[in-house]
Amino acid sequence: MGLQAYLTLAATVFCIGLFGVLTRRNTIGILLGIELMLNAVNINLVAFARFSGSATGLIFTIFTICITVSEAAVGLALVILLFRVRRTVMADHLDLLKG
Amino acid sequence: MTIPGFDVLAFWLLSAMLVGSALAVVLSKNLFHAVLWLALALTGTAGVFLLLHAEFLAAVQLLLYAGGVITIVVFAIVVTERLIGERIWQTNRGIFFGALASATLLWLITSTLMERSLPVTPLPALGDVTRIVGERVLTTFVLPFELLAVLMLAAMLAAMYFARPEE
Repeated sequence: MGLQAYLTLAATVFCIGLFGVLTRRNTIGILLGIELMLNAVNINLVAFARFSGSATGLIFTIFTICITVSEAAVGLALVILLFRVRRTVMADHLDLLKG
Repeated sequence: MTIPGFDVLAFWLLSAMLVGSALAVVLSKNLFHAVLWLALALTGTAGVFLLLHAEFLAAVQLLLYAGGVITIVVFAIVVTERLIGERIWQTNRGIFFGALASATLLWLITSTLMERSLPVTPLPALGDVTRIVGERVLTTFVLPFELLAVLMLAAMLAAMYFARPEE
């Protein structure tokens, strides 16, 4: 399969993740959408590395995977803290800054 | 991987699995089911990595994502749903505008991709990818690698600080 096929697949997964981020009400659901989007970016990086014959894309993918995992850990800890303070994880109810 | 047509068949099977499970992640009403679909999507991504001859990354993907991230998400769901007794059913809002924005972005990306002439055949494999990655990480990219270690330490401390038990 050509590079185009992989890039199109990654774009599709990225847009599905974006849809999840935009429409989910639950904060954890939004985080799942973000995971999907970052995952699609990883597919892009690995595909470019394969088709350009350079290992740099693979190394960059390792970095993005590690940063994603850190992001998930801190994000979910924030969700738990938020739940402890506000007793809700629904993004619609978290509107203190609206005034 | 010498069977002719194997790559094409595997690519389409993995694509169908990946797109289908990704749709299930964003559309399923039960949050637990969404997490399990996400595990399937991440496993499918590991399959795509294998298809692209990045075996080490496929293993990392399975260990870190399908193992680690899924576990902490399940923990977070259990913790946040237990106390209020609310069901884990969830709904989507603004589906029309969300779909419009995503579809527009997808159309923009794919139309740009169609205009460009991109390589069709992959270059010959790099050889032992794991060895090359290891060498590059500890030579050219050693500074970002160490910074990554600092970042992960900070993330671990932050997560433990945020989720500490109440005094």
